[in-house]
Formats: sequence, C-alpha cells, structure tokens
Amino acid sequence: MNPESNTSALRLSLPVLFGYIPLGAAFGVMFSELGYHWLYATLMGVVIYAGAGQFLAVGLLANHAGLLEVFVATLLLNARHMVYGLSLLSSLKLSGSRRWYLIYALTDETYSLLTMLSTACDQLRSRLQFRIAALNHLYWIMGCTLGAWLGGQIEFSTAGIEFTLPALFLVLAIEQYRAVRRPRVFVLALAIGGLALLISPDNMLMLSIAMAVSLLIMARGGVEWTRLRIF
Amino acid sequence: MDSTAYLLSVVVVAAVATFLTRALPFLLLYRWAEHPMLKHLGRYLPPVLMVLLLIYALKDALVTGTDLLPSLAALLVVTVLHLLLRNPLISILSGTGLFMFLTQTGLLG
Repeated sequence: MNPESNTSALRLSLPVLFGYIPLGAAFGVMFSELGYHWLYATLMGVVIYAGAGQFLAVGLLANHAGLLEVFVATLLLNARHMVYGLSLLSSLKLSGSRRWYLIYALTDETYSLLTMLSTACDQLRSRLQFRIAALNHLYWIMGCTLGAWLGGQIEFSTAGIEFTLPALFLVLAIEQYRAVRRPRVFVLALAIGGLALLISPDNMLMLSIAMAVSLLIMARGGVEWTRLRIF
Repeated sequence: MDSTAYLLSVVVVAAVATFLTRALPFLLLYRWAEHPMLKHLGRYLPPVLMVLLLIYALKDALVTGTDLLPSLAALLVVTVLHLLLRNPLISILSGTGLFMFLTQTGLLG
C-alpha cells in the first residue's frame, strides 16, 4: 500500500465529494417522500449507484410501474455508460473482482476522473482507478443516506454547491485539450451538444453522444469498421 | 406483492439494468480492445464526452436561463484559474464558491 496514491485518489475525487453529497441527498429527500425506511435509500445508493437512474426509480416507484418498464427505462436512460466502457477498454488493466467492481461503479464522474489517469504507469494507474471508484461510490452512498435520513427537515444553506460538477467537467475538458490538442474535436463537440440541446433538452445527453459516436466512426472511415462485424 | 417486496424487486431490476449498460462493452468488445477503430474512439471520445457532460451539467441554465450569468462568471473563473495554476481543486472550489456566493446573494440575478 502506497500512502501517496491514497492521498492523490482522495484529492482527485474531492470535487466529486462536493457534488455527490448534495446530489445524493437530493435523491434521499425525494425518496423519503415515498414513505419507506431510509435504509432502502442507502441500499439503492449501494446497488444501483446511478444518479439519474435513482431519480427515475423514485418516479417509477411512485407510479407503481411494472418491472419490465423499470428495466427498459433504466437501460435506455443509462445507455450512455456503454460509451464510457468503449473508451476505457484498453486502459483498464485491473483483473478479477476489482475489474468488475470498477465496471459496476462506472458513473459519469468516475469515468471523467479515470480519463485523467492515462499517463501514469499501469500498476499505479490501476490502483488509482480502483480507489477513485470506491471513494466516489462511498460519497454517493453517504449523500443518499443523509438525504433520506434527514428527509424534508433540512434546509440547504449550501445551495449551489452542486456547481462542483460542471466545474469538474470544465477542468477535465481543459486537461483533455492539453492531451489531445485538436481544436476541431472540441468545436465539433460544442456544436453537437448545442444542436442536441435545441432538438430535445430532455434527451440531450443520449442524443449528442449518439451523434458524436456516429461522426467519429464516419470520420475514421468504414474500412476498419467492416473488420468488427463478427457478431 | 407487498410494498417492500415491490420496492426490492424494482431496486434489483434497476441495478441489473444499470450494471448491464456499464458492462456490455467489456463483455462484447473485450477481444477487440486493440482494434484501430476502438483505439480511435478511445482517443477522441473522452474530450468529446467531457464537453458534452459540461453542456449537460449546465442544461437548466442554458435552456431556462436560471442562474445563467452566475454560471458563466463561475466558468470563466474556473477557466482562468486552471490555465494559470493548473490545480484542479483550486479551480473547481473557487468557481463553486463564486457560484454559491452569486446565486445566494442574487448579485447577478
């Protein structure tokens, strides 16, 4: 165990702490209105571990939705995660249960932090990947529990603290620019994001990711793609 | 089905569906990890996704105009600080602090 990498996993994940506690708590407060014991909010934070997914689940629970509906709606809502896995395939060197835990815990924010670790050596990177995933998961569980436990009794004087998440994504975008240095890629992403926002604000993320993946594949040309048609 | 059993089945189904979305690329595409197309996506998807996630995180401000000015001011501070100091924590916490100050006092509202 290297104490140094422990500290840096903690430092790297700190912005997520400030984002996940209020966001998780917002879920917990919503969940507490359903009238279940607060421990179930903790359980959901542990086993579902998806921000939007858990907000959706509260809505579905309130409407007594069928299980098939829950399955399909959650699958569609979280379809973007597939793209994260796609871009991590070659940089995820962990094996065994740690590997599956990291895949299980691959949220937007964890993925974003993992993209920053591309330069470290394999062993150190694997250790950091795992620790960041576990810390973020812990923050989320704490947030969910806190919100459901305190219920509607609290008034957030910390309004606006969730701005840590856009700030984190901006910092990571700047870091990505330093690594990739292709202005065109960023202009294209801004254009796609803006277009998707105009077409459908509610489905902005999924729509823009689908457009971006299609464009990237087309830009690369169809030649290699044909070699992938194995299944 | 009683209410707790229903809750637990919804939790299990939502957890399985969420895990599937995260695991599918690893289950289906693992053997092709070194494929040029996947390497291409692996290189360019992260910058694109960061920009898209940024826009997504600001969706409400962009669509409804709620807290738009405080958001833009805070983003500017994050950018400038990060270009100058390159310390993620300082950039993020300063931007968030400014955003909280501006929205809670209503200075730019």
